[in-house]
Amino acid sequence: MKIKLTSVMVDNQEKALTFYTDILGFIKKTEIPLGEHKWLTVVSPEERDTVELLLEPMGFEPARVYQKALFDAGIPLASFSVDDVRQEYERLEKLGVSFSMKPTKMGGATVAVFADTCGNHLQIVQV
Amino acid sequence: MSHEKMTYYHQQLLKIKETFYPKDYLCRQVIQAKQYMDEHYAEKIDLPQIAREAFLSTFHFIRIFKKLYGITPHQYLITVRIKKAKELLRTNSNITEVCYSVGFTSATSFATLFKKISGISPSTYQNSSH
Repeated sequence: MKIKLTSVMVDNQEKALTFYTDILGFIKKTEIPLGEHKWLTVVSPEERDTVELLLEPMGFEPARVYQKALFDAGIPLASFSVDDVRQEYERLEKLGVSFSMKPTKMGGATVAVFADTCGNHLQIVQV
Repeated sequence: MSHEKMTYYHQQLLKIKETFYPKDYLCRQVIQAKQYMDEHYAEKIDLPQIAREAFLSTFHFIRIFKKLYGITPHQYLITVRIKKAKELLRTNSNITEVCYSVGFTSATSFATLFKKISGISPSTYQNSSH
């Protein structure tokens, strides 16, 4: 068994693709139309053959309650690794990304949290 | 920033930090020693030397490092060396050469540790990455 895919629930796949590629810098890996929605994944340009991130359409009503509760509490749905949190924070902030937690030292790591405009908070971590 | 403006997550994070992590200056010293390993992994560096980079006794250093990273400094140094070895193996075909150039002193222990960390042997890794 291998870990090849993880997912974030998004309210709009097109908007999500723009944010995750143009702003975050990931690249589109797979796009398969499936009627109203599509199978849509992105990968990191630094590691294209490892884990894919599925931008999963929000199609299940009760999941909205869960997503909103996490968002309101500022709890990130996913966490990404960066070399320099402060540098990434400054880059993203210039692009208009809204941070609920600025770079904060946590023991040996530094973390920051921002909104993905699609209903989630995301975390970046530097170890 | 007042606590009311912080998200629940932010508050919880700070609470965990206050309760479980050592003081900021100690963290900074240990991070400094970790960065020393990141830069000098290829050299013959021993634990007392790494601990000195953190201005701590070897024993105290190991304890705090483990608290921050969940592994011992020695285990960390090995993971750094294996990670660098993987990068080199993509371009260099001589496994023994790669082994010594990332700081290992024995080809046998290199092969064993590589397998333990990556799940595959250096040669299998090399063949699969070409």
